Amino acid sequence: MMSGDRVRPLLEVEDLTVNYGQLTALDGVSFTVEESSIFAVIGANGAGKSTLMRTVAGLHKPVRGRILLEGIDITSVPAHLRVEKGIALVPEGRRLFSSLSVEENLLTGFYRGRKGPWTLSRIYEMFPWMPSRRTQRASLLSGGEQQAVAISRALLANPKLLLIDELSLGLAPIVVRSIYSSFSSLLESGLTILLVEQDVSQARSIASHIHCLLEGRTTLFGGPRDFSAAEIEAAYFGIAEPNLELGTL
Amino acid sequence: MSWINALIQGIFLGGLFVLFAAGLSLLFGVMEVINLAHGDIAVAGGYLAVVLIPILHIPAIWIFIVVVPVFVVIGYLVQRLLFQPSLKSGSLTTLLVTFGLSVIIENLLLEGFSANSHSLSIGRLGSGAFRITSQLSISYLSVVILFVAIATIVLIQLGLSRTKTGRIIRAVADDREAAQLIGADYKHVFGIAAGVAFGTVALAGLALSMYSQITPSAGPTYLIYGFEAVVIGGLGSLWGTLAGGIVLGVAATIGLVASANFGALAPHLVFLAILAIRPQGFFPKKALA
Repeated sequence: MMSGDRVRPLLEVEDLTVNYGQLTALDGVSFTVEESSIFAVIGANGAGKSTLMRTVAGLHKPVRGRILLEGIDITSVPAHLRVEKGIALVPEGRRLFSSLSVEENLLTGFYRGRKGPWTLSRIYEMFPWMPSRRTQRASLLSGGEQQAVAISRALLANPKLLLIDELSLGLAPIVVRSIYSSFSSLLESGLTILLVEQDVSQARSIASHIHCLLEGRTTLFGGPRDFSAAEIEAAYFGIAEPNLELGTL
Repeated sequence: MSWINALIQGIFLGGLFVLFAAGLSLLFGVMEVINLAHGDIAVAGGYLAVVLIPILHIPAIWIFIVVVPVFVVIGYLVQRLLFQPSLKSGSLTTLLVTFGLSVIIENLLLEGFSANSHSLSIGRLGSGAFRITSQLSISYLSVVILFVAIATIVLIQLGLSRTKTGRIIRAVADDREAAQLIGADYKHVFGIAAGVAFGTVALAGLALSMYSQITPSAGPTYLIYGFEAVVIGGLGSLWGTLAGGIVLGVAATIGLVASANFGALAPHLVFLAILAIRPQGFFPKKALA
């Protein structure tokens, strides 16, 4: 691809359009994610957030548009080969391997992962409760613990881009806060995070960019402080027609 | 005395059933494929040995060194080229594909080898026996077969629980999509599992052609025994399959003592009885391994 003077963003999504049968789940979505940042996608149920994450991870094929990682087109790379390119998705519902123990779940992260700073001992340092429960079946953990294992499993693949789909879904607010508070140290390690969050105030407090989807289309994007709560609400629920060119209402 | 004899012979006969069942259990446990061609694949393994032994001049007992790897490769290819495309269309399609494969194998064997029975002669190992008492003796071959059957189950179990590949096979069996997200090509993983399953069923075919005889149409009979062992053991549980095979073996030999015609029927009756009392099997599957 190109290697101009300008440093390319880590992830570029161009005009991404994904269909589910007759239904258009994503319609011409474009954005870029800069390295070492947190990029939050917000939107109501059915806005296409999960579809977006799954398409970036390779689980859906777009009918139109491109996905570029460090300037290289990966649109047609199958999901299992994107892991070694540096993309790891923490899927909605956590999706741990239920018959595997906690530690076995973590070890699967290494399977096709890249070399990097994340090791089992570093994970155990971050989540001190984990070592004592490592032989337990993952299905016996609480929701918050499962989410921690799912994030750890993804981290152990040493991704450049960590995708997290609906981190806070079904978790107690205190658990969500403790997981989010660990993100600052992730960014320091050079990781870039693209996440889906239904809780708008949560997304605004941690992300450097927010991107709002409504019925598969972009309704708002920019810095988290660029908009008032009312503007975001309007874009979130589609109350007024937003001005896409300015990225504001 | 004859009852004790029957019991012990039954345990050893069970070893043969276990060999037939191990691959079925694995295929079902990992990808939920019910392979109706399983018995025919075993018989084909026996025939491959019949062809290869005079060519390679290998003693029959060692022919598995050639036959098993060939079937591992065939298993991988059959999974990737035949079973995998059918999986998308649902389990009924896969069932029909395996049924078709069964018919094809049987007819090809009939074409190539006629309906006459064949067996593998292994000399003293086949005819000799341990004499325990004057009325109780156990043939060397039975001991070998039971040993191989148990070793097969133990090795598959250890492979699944202790190795990296085994871990990935279990992960794929749990959640195919999540496995892609850690970089696993589930089609390749399925292929590996099918390769192992075909390897074990080739062993079953070799054991059968040493223990008794094979004909092109012998497959389905042993497929039924294999299935019954898997079901009463608990679907997808390898230890259950081991127990199930031995129970069926004992049922067959004890039935034979009761009446000469009852030997073939007794395992099926025991199967139905266990199914009625404990439909989930001895060790209901919580998860693979």
